[in-house]
Amino acid sequence: MAFAEDTRLALTALAANKMRSLLTMLGIVIGVAAVVAVVSIVQGLELMITKELQGVGTTFIEVAPDLGPRRPAMAGRRVKLTWDDGKAIAEKVPGIRLITPVLQGRTTLKYGDRQHAPPALQGVNQDYPEVENHTVDRGRFFSRVDFENRRNVVVVGRRVVEELGLGAQPVGKEIYVGSYPATVVGVMEEKGQSLGRDLDDVAYVPFNIAVSLFGRDAGDAIQLDLQAASAAAVDRVRDGIEQVLRQRHRIPAGEANDFTIQVQDELLKTVGSILGNVTAVVIAVVGVALLVGGIGIMNIMLVSVTERTREIGLRKAVGARRQDVLSQFLIEAVTLSLAGGAIGLALGYGMGVAAAHLLPGWPPAHVPLWAVGVAFGFSALVGIFFGSYPAGKAARLDPIDALRYE
Amino acid sequence: MPLIDLKDIYKIYDMGAEKVHALNGVDLKLERGEYVAIMGSSGSGKSTLMNLLGCLDTPTSGSYHLNGVAVEELDDQQLAAIRNREIGFVFQTFNLLARTDALHNVELPLIYAGVGRADRRERARRALERVGLADRLHHQPNELSGGQRQRVAIARALVNDPSILLADEPTGNLDSATSVEILELFDDLHRAGNTVILVTHEPDIAQHAERQVQLKDGRVVADHPTVAAVHA
Repeated sequence: MAFAEDTRLALTALAANKMRSLLTMLGIVIGVAAVVAVVSIVQGLELMITKELQGVGTTFIEVAPDLGPRRPAMAGRRVKLTWDDGKAIAEKVPGIRLITPVLQGRTTLKYGDRQHAPPALQGVNQDYPEVENHTVDRGRFFSRVDFENRRNVVVVGRRVVEELGLGAQPVGKEIYVGSYPATVVGVMEEKGQSLGRDLDDVAYVPFNIAVSLFGRDAGDAIQLDLQAASAAAVDRVRDGIEQVLRQRHRIPAGEANDFTIQVQDELLKTVGSILGNVTAVVIAVVGVALLVGGIGIMNIMLVSVTERTREIGLRKAVGARRQDVLSQFLIEAVTLSLAGGAIGLALGYGMGVAAAHLLPGWPPAHVPLWAVGVAFGFSALVGIFFGSYPAGKAARLDPIDALRYE
Repeated sequence: MPLIDLKDIYKIYDMGAEKVHALNGVDLKLERGEYVAIMGSSGSGKSTLMNLLGCLDTPTSGSYHLNGVAVEELDDQQLAAIRNREIGFVFQTFNLLARTDALHNVELPLIYAGVGRADRRERARRALERVGLADRLHHQPNELSGGQRQRVAIARALVNDPSILLADEPTGNLDSATSVEILELFDDLHRAGNTVILVTHEPDIAQHAERQVQLKDGRVVADHPTVAAVHA
């Protein structure tokens, strides 16, 4: 029997039991919707993070103390990474264009009777804007002179301007950073939100001021951000940094580093692998949902075969062969699961879009074509797999018994 | 060559402890264009014989030639094909597809015969006209009377021009007035050249046929032309 005929027949049969068909599809709908929603969100995230990381350029390098728990040999010794390390690196490693310390802490800013504690108060040097590819919008960033003379200056983000009520002319205003009075010299360019984090809720002070603010210990475990002179130099610079730091930290040969060096490439890879893991876990969970959905389909198809025993007998009496009956019920099962897949796809995309709209700073949902393919492919597979037993049962029915079935 | 040639047919069902001899050496020849009633009480083997004649089943032993084809040698696939081509079933309970209009019900055998859609539609329409239902093409079974349903079933049996119309108690579920109409339809079809086999336990109905075959305990006990009965 023609495929088109089977499909029409299947649609008629499913339409005849709308509620039942819908409930049967539900497992598939939920499974596919979940996977599509998660994939759309994760893909959106990945796109955004990638774009953000690429914003700092391919010559970006980040050095951080390795505070991970996987270093028993170093137990008892404090992991350090200081600005002295940074200065040594700048001096000894060729191919570095710029380097800045990044000391992150939290303290309250005050202006008049208003106060605000941005989640990130960073102690950096004058090269920070260029290293991070994040420029000043109004006023200026602090200079080398500010830095070396320990001038009490501060550069703030847009959000801080609003929270403290610095008004239309924030540059030149005197605020308190913790207990230090400081002059606002610049306002950073707006960056917007990312992952629910407000990138404009920041303030920058010269690194040595930050050390005074947060205490000497805070300066012992900082992060170093660098720009290599060229993309080609990145690997050489990385090796150079490793050499200098191992020597300065007196790490014996054969022992692991007490710091990590990440180049942008690796950051991208790390992000990719984290998101990949998230996706894999969700897909595994969804696999279970699809399994359950498939069992639901099998159950209903078995009921349907029993209900339509006489119909099957009649079809065989008028000339249906086994494979005709088999394909009729198989196509019915696949139609069910594909319809479930399609509804799930639409629903999942809707959820992704809704999530992107509802969460501030969340990236727009993005459903890649492969996810659509996977959704439909898996739905079809589930239909074929779980439909084949009931369909086989129908095909094997003896026409005489089937016609006599009450 | 006879249309149907049964030779020494046995059908034995193995019911575990005992073997049931449903047919015990049946010999029967039917020519093209005959109008035969197969009669017998329940347990006579009449249903078993009908299943064999309709190629729904194969005999335990003996030979069955339908149109020169040895049916007992056919496999499942070939039986399905021969049912499709050679046999038009009419059942006591009509066996129409629910929620499917008359036209689509009648089309069914043609679908399995691989007939194209337009052709199918046309032939189904003509078959329905032939049974007097030209104005009921798009009615579903639940919108039709019992007699009309059986007419749809007869149209379905006719649509693929089978060699045999095989009717199993076709009036069993109908009132007597409707029964007469349906039997007259069979009479008409016979006059038009169709081979008709009526399976029934009612002598009144068998009277419509030209030949009566009586079964008892799996054997043919009588086989004679119908004698015009005088109804008291």
